[in-house]
Amino acid sequence: MMRIAVALLTVALAVAGFAAAEEKRARRVAVPVVKIENGEACVAPTAEMRRDHMNMLLRQRDRTLRQGIRETRFSLKNCVDCHASRETGSVLGKDGFCSSCHTYAAVSMDCFECHTPLRQKQVATRP
Amino acid sequence: MNPDRRQLLVWGAAAAAAALAPGLRLVELALARSPEEAASALQRWGLLIDITKCVDCDVCVTACREENGWTGHERPETDPQWIRKVGLRDKRTGYAQTLPFMCQHCEHPPCVDVCPTGASFKRDDGIVLVDKHTCIGCRYCVMACPYGARSFIHEAVSGQKADVPRGKGTVESCTLCVHRVDRGEIPACVEACNRDGGKAMVFGDLNDASSEIHRRLKREPSSQIRADLALNTGVRYQGL
Repeated sequence: MMRIAVALLTVALAVAGFAAAEEKRARRVAVPVVKIENGEACVAPTAEMRRDHMNMLLRQRDRTLRQGIRETRFSLKNCVDCHASRETGSVLGKDGFCSSCHTYAAVSMDCFECHTPLRQKQVATRP
Repeated sequence: MNPDRRQLLVWGAAAAAAALAPGLRLVELALARSPEEAASALQRWGLLIDITKCVDCDVCVTACREENGWTGHERPETDPQWIRKVGLRDKRTGYAQTLPFMCQHCEHPPCVDVCPTGASFKRDDGIVLVDKHTCIGCRYCVMACPYGARSFIHEAVSGQKADVPRGKGTVESCTLCVHRVDRGEIPACVEACNRDGGKAMVFGDLNDASSEIHRRLKREPSSQIRADLALNTGVRYQGL
Protein backbone atom coordinates (compact mmCIF):
# COMPACT_ATOMS: atom_id res chain seq x y z
CA MET A 1 0.00 0.00 0.00
CA MET A 2 2.76 2.32 1.06
CA ARG A 3 4.67 1.46 -2.09
CA ILE A 4 1.71 2.35 -4.32
CA ALA A 5 1.27 5.67 -2.53
CA VAL A 6 4.95 6.51 -3.00
CA ALA A 7 4.77 5.59 -6.68
CA LEU A 8 1.66 7.71 -7.20
CA LEU A 9 3.26 10.65 -5.42
CA THR A 10 6.38 10.33 -7.61
CA VAL A 11 4.30 10.29 -10.76
CA ALA A 12 2.28 13.30 -9.60
CA LEU A 13 5.44 15.24 -8.79
CA ALA A 14 6.99 14.33 -12.13
CA VAL A 15 3.90 15.51 -14.04
CA ALA A 16 3.77 18.74 -12.07
CA GLY A 17 7.46 19.32 -12.69
CA PHE A 18 7.08 18.65 -16.39
CA ALA A 19 4.15 21.03 -16.67
CA ALA A 20 6.07 23.72 -14.84
CA ALA A 21 9.08 23.28 -17.13
CA GLU A 22 6.82 23.44 -20.16
CA GLU A 23 5.26 26.64 -18.94
CA LYS A 24 8.65 28.14 -18.21
CA ARG A 25 9.87 27.23 -21.68
CA ALA A 26 6.78 28.75 -23.23
CA ARG A 27 7.45 31.96 -21.37
CA ARG A 28 11.08 32.02 -22.43
CA VAL A 29 10.33 31.53 -26.15
CA ALA A 30 8.39 34.31 -27.78
CA VAL A 31 5.36 32.93 -29.60
CA PRO A 32 3.55 34.74 -32.40
CA VAL A 33 0.46 36.65 -31.46
CA VAL A 34 -2.04 35.67 -34.12
CA LYS A 35 -5.32 37.48 -33.90
CA ILE A 36 -7.94 35.09 -35.20
CA GLU A 37 -11.19 36.92 -35.81
CA ASN A 38 -13.19 33.92 -37.00
CA GLY A 39 -11.48 30.86 -35.61
CA GLU A 40 -14.36 28.46 -35.23
CA ALA A 41 -15.63 28.14 -38.75
CA CYS A 42 -12.49 27.63 -40.82
CA VAL A 43 -12.49 25.30 -43.83
CA ALA A 44 -10.44 22.68 -41.95
CA PRO A 45 -9.37 22.01 -38.33
CA THR A 46 -6.77 24.47 -36.97
CA ALA A 47 -3.93 21.93 -36.81
CA GLU A 48 -4.50 20.97 -40.43
CA MET A 49 -4.71 24.59 -41.52
CA ARG A 50 -1.44 25.43 -39.76
CA ARG A 51 0.38 22.58 -41.44
CA ASP A 52 -1.24 22.53 -44.87
CA HIS A 53 -2.67 25.94 -45.77
CA MET A 54 0.10 26.58 -48.28
CA ASN A 55 -0.60 23.33 -50.11
CA MET A 56 -4.32 24.02 -50.18
CA LEU A 57 -3.67 27.43 -51.68
CA LEU A 58 -1.17 26.06 -54.19
CA ARG A 59 -3.54 23.37 -55.40
CA GLN A 60 -6.49 25.73 -55.60
CA ARG A 61 -4.44 28.35 -57.44
CA ASP A 62 -3.59 26.00 -60.30
CA ARG A 63 -7.10 24.59 -60.50
CA THR A 64 -8.60 28.06 -60.68
CA LEU A 65 -6.17 29.62 -63.11
CA ARG A 66 -5.46 26.71 -65.42
CA GLN A 67 -8.81 24.93 -65.41
CA GLY A 68 -11.19 27.67 -64.43
CA ILE A 69 -12.50 25.81 -61.37
CA ARG A 70 -13.60 28.54 -59.04
CA GLU A 71 -14.57 26.77 -55.84
CA THR A 72 -14.50 29.21 -52.97
CA ARG A 73 -13.58 26.83 -50.14
CA PHE A 74 -9.79 26.96 -50.44
CA SER A 75 -9.57 30.18 -52.41
CA LEU A 76 -7.31 32.97 -51.25
CA LYS A 77 -10.23 35.36 -51.55
CA ASN A 78 -12.17 33.27 -49.07
CA CYS A 79 -9.22 33.27 -46.63
CA VAL A 80 -8.88 37.04 -46.83
CA ASP A 81 -12.61 37.71 -46.56
CA CYS A 82 -12.78 35.77 -43.31
CA HIS A 83 -9.41 36.56 -41.71
CA ALA A 84 -8.89 40.24 -42.56
CA SER A 85 -8.70 42.44 -39.51
CA ARG A 86 -11.88 44.18 -38.47
CA GLU A 87 -10.00 47.44 -37.99
CA THR A 88 -7.90 47.61 -41.14
CA GLY A 89 -9.77 45.17 -43.37
CA SER A 90 -6.43 43.61 -44.31
CA VAL A 91 -4.52 40.40 -43.59
CA LEU A 92 -1.24 42.32 -43.67
CA GLY A 93 0.13 44.94 -41.29
CA LYS A 94 1.43 44.60 -37.75
CA ASP A 95 -1.40 42.47 -36.39
CA GLY A 96 -2.49 41.14 -39.75
CA PHE A 97 -3.55 37.49 -39.71
CA CYS A 98 -1.07 36.37 -42.37
CA SER A 99 1.78 38.76 -41.68
CA SER A 100 1.99 38.30 -37.89
CA CYS A 101 2.83 34.61 -38.16
CA HIS A 102 4.88 34.88 -41.33
CA THR A 103 7.03 37.61 -39.81
CA TYR A 104 7.56 35.44 -36.73
CA ALA A 105 8.52 32.40 -38.82
CA ALA A 106 10.60 34.52 -41.21
CA VAL A 107 8.82 32.96 -44.17
CA SER A 108 8.19 35.45 -46.92
CA MET A 109 4.95 35.16 -48.83
CA ASP A 110 4.50 36.54 -52.31
CA CYS A 111 0.71 36.25 -52.54
CA PHE A 112 0.07 39.90 -51.87
CA GLU A 113 2.56 41.23 -54.39
CA CYS A 114 -0.25 40.62 -56.87
CA HIS A 115 -3.37 39.71 -54.87
CA THR A 116 -5.21 42.26 -52.80
CA PRO A 117 -4.85 41.76 -49.03
CA LEU A 118 -8.13 43.55 -48.42
CA ARG A 119 -11.46 42.01 -47.55
CA GLN A 120 -14.05 42.32 -50.32
CA LYS A 121 -17.12 41.15 -48.46
CA GLN A 122 -18.88 43.58 -46.17
CA VAL A 123 -18.81 42.34 -42.58
CA ALA A 124 -21.61 42.82 -40.12
CA THR A 125 -20.50 45.32 -37.49
CA ARG A 126 -20.19 43.97 -34.00
CA PRO A 127 -22.92 45.10 -31.61
CA MET B 1 -19.64 14.75 -76.34
CA ASN B 2 -19.46 15.73 -79.97
CA PRO B 3 -20.90 19.10 -81.03
CA ASP B 4 -23.83 17.51 -82.90
CA ARG B 5 -24.97 15.60 -79.88
CA ARG B 6 -24.59 18.69 -77.76
CA GLN B 7 -26.68 20.67 -80.22
CA LEU B 8 -29.36 18.00 -80.03
CA LEU B 9 -29.38 18.35 -76.26
CA VAL B 10 -29.73 22.11 -76.54
CA TRP B 11 -32.70 21.74 -78.90
CA GLY B 12 -34.18 19.19 -76.57
CA ALA B 13 -33.79 21.60 -73.68
CA ALA B 14 -35.33 24.39 -75.75
CA ALA B 15 -38.31 22.21 -76.59
CA ALA B 16 -38.68 21.29 -72.93
CA ALA B 17 -38.50 24.96 -71.99
CA ALA B 18 -41.24 25.78 -74.45
CA ALA B 19 -43.36 23.03 -72.91
CA LEU B 20 -42.55 23.99 -69.31
CA ALA B 21 -43.49 27.57 -68.73
CA PRO B 22 -42.79 30.92 -70.34
CA GLY B 23 -39.82 32.67 -68.75
CA LEU B 24 -38.20 29.46 -67.51
CA ARG B 25 -35.62 28.42 -70.04
CA LEU B 26 -33.66 25.25 -69.52
CA VAL B 27 -31.15 26.21 -72.22
CA GLU B 28 -29.27 28.49 -69.85
CA LEU B 29 -29.57 25.99 -67.03
CA ALA B 30 -28.14 23.27 -69.22
CA LEU B 31 -25.25 25.39 -70.47
CA ALA B 32 -24.24 27.39 -67.40
CA ARG B 33 -21.01 26.10 -65.93
CA SER B 34 -20.93 25.52 -62.18
CA PRO B 35 -17.91 26.81 -60.21
CA GLU B 36 -16.72 23.24 -59.66
CA GLU B 37 -16.68 22.47 -63.35
CA ALA B 38 -13.51 22.95 -65.41
CA ALA B 39 -13.41 25.02 -68.58
CA SER B 40 -14.14 22.73 -71.49
CA ALA B 41 -12.68 22.42 -74.96
CA LEU B 42 -16.24 22.10 -76.28
CA GLN B 43 -16.41 25.84 -76.03
CA ARG B 44 -14.27 28.44 -77.67
CA TRP B 45 -14.87 31.97 -76.54
CA GLY B 46 -14.52 34.72 -79.08
CA LEU B 47 -15.40 38.25 -80.02
CA LEU B 48 -16.86 39.70 -83.17
CA ILE B 49 -16.25 43.41 -83.66
CA ASP B 50 -18.19 45.27 -86.32
CA ILE B 51 -16.02 48.25 -87.20
CA THR B 52 -18.75 49.94 -89.18
CA LYS B 53 -20.62 50.38 -85.90
CA CYS B 54 -17.56 51.33 -83.86
CA VAL B 55 -17.90 55.02 -83.07
CA ASP B 56 -15.24 57.45 -81.98
CA CYS B 57 -15.43 56.71 -78.27
CA ASP B 58 -13.36 54.75 -75.78
CA VAL B 59 -15.97 53.26 -73.43
CA CYS B 60 -14.52 49.79 -74.03
CA VAL B 61 -11.08 50.92 -72.90
CA THR B 62 -12.46 52.74 -69.89
CA ALA B 63 -14.62 49.78 -68.91
CA CYS B 64 -11.66 47.39 -69.21
CA ARG B 65 -9.49 49.64 -67.08
CA GLU B 66 -12.22 49.93 -64.50
CA GLU B 67 -12.96 46.20 -64.42
CA ASN B 68 -9.39 44.98 -64.36
CA GLY B 69 -7.80 47.81 -62.41
CA TRP B 70 -4.92 48.57 -64.76
CA THR B 71 -3.77 52.13 -64.59
CA GLY B 72 -0.83 53.94 -66.10
CA HIS B 73 1.71 56.40 -64.81
CA GLU B 74 1.31 58.82 -67.71
CA ARG B 75 4.20 57.08 -69.44
CA PRO B 76 2.72 55.78 -72.70
CA GLU B 77 5.89 53.88 -73.64
CA THR B 78 5.65 51.51 -70.69
CA ASP B 79 2.09 51.84 -69.38
CA PRO B 80 -0.03 48.67 -69.60
CA GLN B 81 -2.54 48.40 -72.45
CA TRP B 82 -4.97 45.51 -72.28
CA ILE B 83 -7.13 47.10 -74.94
CA ARG B 84 -6.59 50.17 -77.12
CA LYS B 85 -8.41 52.08 -79.82
CA VAL B 86 -6.59 52.02 -83.13
CA GLY B 87 -7.32 54.56 -85.84
CA LEU B 88 -7.08 53.63 -89.53
CA ARG B 89 -7.04 56.17 -92.35
CA ASP B 90 -6.93 55.60 -96.06
CA LYS B 91 -4.19 57.91 -97.29
CA ARG B 92 -5.75 58.46 -100.69
CA THR B 93 -9.38 58.94 -99.79
CA GLY B 94 -9.00 60.08 -96.20
CA TYR B 95 -11.61 57.53 -95.05
CA ALA B 96 -11.06 57.01 -91.33
CA GLN B 97 -12.05 54.05 -89.18
CA THR B 98 -11.46 53.21 -85.56
CA LEU B 99 -11.42 49.84 -83.85
CA PRO B 100 -10.73 48.33 -80.45
CA PHE B 101 -7.68 46.09 -80.40
CA MET B 102 -6.57 43.59 -77.79
CA CYS B 103 -5.22 40.05 -77.35
CA GLN B 104 -6.68 38.08 -80.26
CA HIS B 105 -6.87 34.81 -78.26
CA CYS B 106 -5.27 32.71 -81.00
CA GLU B 107 -5.84 29.01 -81.38
CA HIS B 108 -2.09 28.66 -81.97
CA PRO B 109 -0.69 31.46 -79.82
CA PRO B 110 2.96 32.39 -80.48
CA CYS B 111 3.21 33.71 -76.90
CA VAL B 112 2.58 30.19 -75.62
CA ASP B 113 5.13 28.70 -78.02
CA VAL B 114 7.96 30.91 -76.79
CA CYS B 115 7.27 30.95 -73.05
CA PRO B 116 10.20 29.23 -71.30
CA THR B 117 8.31 28.46 -68.08
CA GLY B 118 4.88 27.52 -69.35
CA ALA B 119 3.39 30.60 -67.72
CA SER B 120 1.79 31.72 -70.96
CA PHE B 121 -0.94 29.21 -71.70
CA LYS B 122 -4.23 28.67 -73.48
CA ARG B 123 -7.15 27.51 -71.41
CA ASP B 124 -9.30 24.69 -72.76
CA ASP B 125 -12.01 27.13 -73.78
CA GLY B 126 -9.56 29.13 -75.90
CA ILE B 127 -8.75 32.00 -73.56
CA VAL B 128 -5.04 32.84 -73.61
CA LEU B 129 -3.72 33.79 -70.17
CA VAL B 130 -0.54 34.41 -68.20
CA ASP B 131 0.07 32.37 -65.06
CA LYS B 132 1.78 35.08 -63.04
CA HIS B 133 2.85 32.52 -60.44
CA THR B 134 5.30 31.08 -62.95
CA CYS B 135 5.96 34.15 -65.13
CA ILE B 136 9.57 35.25 -64.74
CA GLY B 137 9.13 38.47 -66.67
CA CYS B 138 11.44 37.55 -69.55
CA ARG B 139 9.07 39.20 -72.06
CA TYR B 140 9.66 36.69 -74.85
CA CYS B 141 5.89 36.63 -75.31
CA VAL B 142 5.81 40.41 -75.67
CA MET B 143 8.28 40.03 -78.55
CA ALA B 144 6.51 37.03 -80.09
CA CYS B 145 2.98 38.45 -80.15
CA PRO B 146 2.32 39.83 -83.64
CA TYR B 147 -0.45 42.03 -82.24
CA GLY B 148 1.58 43.82 -79.55
CA ALA B 149 -1.09 42.76 -77.11
CA ARG B 150 1.05 42.10 -74.06
CA SER B 151 2.32 44.57 -71.49
CA PHE B 152 4.95 44.24 -68.80
CA ILE B 153 4.35 45.62 -65.33
CA HIS B 154 7.38 47.75 -64.53
CA GLU B 155 6.36 49.14 -61.19
CA ALA B 156 4.96 47.87 -57.91
CA VAL B 157 1.18 47.68 -57.97
CA SER B 158 -1.30 48.32 -55.19
CA GLY B 159 -5.07 48.48 -55.03
CA GLN B 160 -5.62 45.49 -57.31
CA LYS B 161 -9.09 44.15 -57.94
CA ALA B 162 -9.79 40.93 -56.04
CA ASP B 163 -10.55 39.01 -59.24
CA VAL B 164 -7.64 40.44 -61.20
CA PRO B 165 -4.29 40.00 -59.44
CA ARG B 166 -1.45 42.00 -61.03
CA GLY B 167 2.10 42.47 -59.88
CA LYS B 168 5.45 43.94 -60.76
CA GLY B 169 7.74 41.87 -62.96
CA THR B 170 5.05 39.92 -64.78
CA VAL B 171 3.45 40.16 -68.19
CA GLU B 172 -0.26 40.72 -68.68
CA SER B 173 -2.84 41.15 -71.40
CA CYS B 174 -6.55 40.94 -72.08
CA THR B 175 -8.01 37.95 -70.23
CA LEU B 176 -11.33 38.17 -72.07
CA CYS B 177 -12.56 39.00 -68.54
CA VAL B 178 -12.13 35.35 -67.62
CA HIS B 179 -13.44 35.95 -64.09
CA ARG B 180 -16.69 37.30 -65.53
CA VAL B 181 -16.94 34.59 -68.19
CA ASP B 182 -16.59 31.95 -65.46
CA ARG B 183 -19.54 33.59 -63.70
CA GLY B 184 -21.56 33.41 -66.91
CA GLU B 185 -21.21 37.11 -67.71
CA ILE B 186 -19.81 38.85 -70.78
CA PRO B 187 -16.55 40.84 -70.88
CA ALA B 188 -16.65 44.39 -69.54
CA CYS B 189 -15.76 45.97 -72.91
CA VAL B 190 -18.64 44.23 -74.67
CA GLU B 191 -21.08 45.19 -71.95
CA ALA B 192 -19.95 48.83 -72.06
CA CYS B 193 -20.05 48.96 -75.87
CA ASN B 194 -23.60 47.61 -75.90
CA ARG B 195 -24.66 50.05 -73.20
CA ASP B 196 -22.87 53.30 -74.03
CA GLY B 197 -21.04 52.72 -77.30
CA GLY B 198 -21.94 51.79 -80.84
CA LYS B 199 -23.07 48.22 -80.05
CA ALA B 200 -20.20 47.00 -82.19
CA MET B 201 -19.06 44.01 -80.12
CA VAL B 202 -20.51 40.53 -79.72
CA PHE B 203 -19.12 37.96 -77.32
CA GLY B 204 -19.93 34.29 -77.48
CA ASP B 205 -19.00 30.69 -78.05
CA LEU B 206 -17.61 30.18 -81.55
CA ASN B 207 -18.45 26.47 -81.36
CA ASP B 208 -22.05 26.91 -80.32
CA ALA B 209 -24.18 26.87 -83.46
CA SER B 210 -27.04 28.61 -81.65
CA SER B 211 -24.95 31.59 -80.53
CA GLU B 212 -25.20 34.95 -82.26
CA ILE B 213 -21.47 35.09 -82.94
CA HIS B 214 -21.50 31.67 -84.63
CA ARG B 215 -24.52 32.57 -86.75
CA ARG B 216 -23.07 35.88 -87.86
CA LEU B 217 -19.65 34.45 -88.66
CA LYS B 218 -21.36 31.81 -90.75
CA ARG B 219 -23.53 34.22 -92.74
CA GLU B 220 -21.60 37.48 -92.89
CA PRO B 221 -18.10 38.32 -94.11
CA SER B 222 -15.49 38.74 -91.40
CA SER B 223 -11.72 38.81 -91.16
CA GLN B 224 -8.88 37.98 -88.85
CA ILE B 225 -6.05 40.43 -88.41
CA ARG B 226 -2.86 39.00 -89.90
CA ALA B 227 -4.77 35.99 -91.19
CA ASP B 228 -1.61 35.13 -93.14
CA LEU B 229 -0.05 33.90 -89.88
CA ALA B 230 -2.76 31.21 -89.64
CA LEU B 231 -3.14 31.65 -85.89
CA ASN B 232 -6.94 31.26 -86.06
CA THR B 233 -7.77 34.16 -83.79
CA GLY B 234 -10.73 34.16 -81.44
CA VAL B 235 -11.31 37.86 -82.09
CA ARG B 236 -12.81 38.57 -85.52
CA TYR B 237 -13.52 41.87 -87.26
CA GLN B 238 -16.16 42.99 -89.71
CA GLY B 239 -15.94 45.96 -92.05
CA LEU B 240 -12.16 46.06 -92.08
